[in-house]
Amino acid sequence: MAEKIDEAQVRKVAKLSRLELTDAEVGEFTGQLSAILGYVEKMNELDTENVEPLAHCLPISNVFRPDSVKESLGTEKALANAPQRDGDFFKVPKILDVGSGA
Amino acid sequence: MAQLQHKVIVGLEIHVQLCTKSKMFCGCAVEFGAEPNSRVCPVCLGMPGVLPVMNKQAYEYSVLTAMALDCRIPTFTKWDRKSYYYPDLPKNYQISQYDLPLGENGFIEIPLESGRTKRIGITRAHLEEDAGKNLHTAGNFSQVDLNRTGTPLLEIVTEPDMNSGAEVRALAVELQRMVRFLGVSEADMQKGHMRFEPNINLAILKDGVEYRTSIVEIKNLNSFRALERSVNHEEHRQLDEFLDTGKVMKMGSKTTRGWDDEREVTVLQREKEEAHDYRYFPEPDLMPVKLAPRWLDDIRSHMCELPLKRQMRYVEQYKLSDYDAGVLTAERSTADFFDEAVEAGGEPKRVCNILAQTGLRKANEKGCSIAQLGVQAIDVAKLAQEIETGRINASSAKTIFEEIVKLKANVFSRATVEDPLTVQRIAEQLNLIQKSDAGELEAIVDQIIAENPKAVEDVTSGGKKSKKAKGFLLGQVMQKTKGQANPKVVSEILAKKLG
Ligand SMILES: [Zn+2]
Repeated sequence: MAEKIDEAQVRKVAKLSRLELTDAEVGEFTGQLSAILGYVEKMNELDTENVEPLAHCLPISNVFRPDSVKESLGTEKALANAPQRDGDFFKVPKILDVGSGA
Repeated sequence: MAQLQHKVIVGLEIHVQLCTKSKMFCGCAVEFGAEPNSRVCPVCLGMPGVLPVMNKQAYEYSVLTAMALDCRIPTFTKWDRKSYYYPDLPKNYQISQYDLPLGENGFIEIPLESGRTKRIGITRAHLEEDAGKNLHTAGNFSQVDLNRTGTPLLEIVTEPDMNSGAEVRALAVELQRMVRFLGVSEADMQKGHMRFEPNINLAILKDGVEYRTSIVEIKNLNSFRALERSVNHEEHRQLDEFLDTGKVMKMGSKTTRGWDDEREVTVLQREKEEAHDYRYFPEPDLMPVKLAPRWLDDIRSHMCELPLKRQMRYVEQYKLSDYDAGVLTAERSTADFFDEAVEAGGEPKRVCNILAQTGLRKANEKGCSIAQLGVQAIDVAKLAQEIETGRINASSAKTIFEEIVKLKANVFSRATVEDPLTVQRIAEQLNLIQKSDAGELEAIVDQIIAENPKAVEDVTSGGKKSKKAKGFLLGQVMQKTKGQANPKVVSEILAKKLG
């Protein structure tokens, strides 16, 4: 079966996901991911001509909550699992580029 | 010298923080200035196994705003994940709307100088969650505060329809006024409730050939001043660069620049190559939203007369100046108060003068709105009427207005019973009622004429000194009556007596 994904693509996705992979792993995942994509491709055999695209697998919509405030965790609990803290802040490696900020 | 013309082309992305009590997908409070990392929970911390649930109010605020922007409102929208790898959004994606935004293809009218307006297209409006704050401290690490993480943000994207820094600023100011009128955002610039990212390039006509410069996006501007100045600066910078290098737009060659507020220049920012590889995919944790007609009607029932429309109505209907109408419609509470006073029988121009000259100044002093000063709209209507009939003059109206503010402040808690005669009572107490009775004033005028033969002679002999002498005599009458004489009536009597 032809590979659905090549090593360069795996390396790119790994980089985007901030994952460091060994060369052996890149080879291994290329095969695994190709197999997964091949399996998913089976779907293409289905005739979906008259089927609406699905936004969600459950036939439910409009699940809302009212705009009311619930108690938060508080600083101590929030920081309890942090690898590192600096006072009341999470402490992380310095952010160098400008991509952050929603 | 080559023939050269250029035009700057600007589109704007605006993030507006909605004024909900709680966050977009969890019940943590949206609160500015709370202690770091105190308004967080497993959902907004991105802990495994948690599920987001939509804040209905945030959705309705967004749809209302999209309606105000004349957007098409699709009846079906869904959520998407946008990959994001910075610690201020710890679940590594931002929940946003990608291919089905809640509003698209709208427009906004913006006011330009001397009552002119311009229509700017709105490409889309969608709801998303904000990131937290990275604080860059000295040393080799950053501090992260996640209190803001998950705050509802409405992103509005305009068409590239603006052609100057002033137009971009006008749009930003108009949008601020609009969301405040709608009550969907406090739009407080100091608190970062509105953030702007202009996309700027130039169309240059040189020797009959048109060139386009590469698009530059300026990141994260949070004041009108920085927005306008950065656009102006970028316009000149791109023109200079084109003249120096001849470089023109290439596909996908958009660059990002930051604004250095102190040096007032834009600075190229380094971005990771893959920064825009967002890899959107449908958010499996959230259900889609279907807007039934009844729900849409319910949201639409919260629509108000929008500020620019109201401003133009004041000019049209009440013949106010564009400037005055703009002052009255800067805040909705002021405009509502004005409407109420006019409805209570105040002549619009006089009401406007009282509010613009006294009311707003007093409100500013006290750091509150006009409506919160304690003066009732009916009081202002009454003041306007009293000026109209000549019973008081404009300066007395100001004194009475200020007196009511003072009284209401003093009897703050007891002032529950409204006194419909407040204005009249204060006017009498402070001796501010003008004397308009011709008979009474005539006696005083006669006395002044008798006491000032020189001035009388100057008036009657006509010539250069006549006008000044008339003014002097009027002043004497005013002094004698402690400013209570109606100057109009006095002038008439003087004219009658001295010809
Ligand atoms: Zn939370």
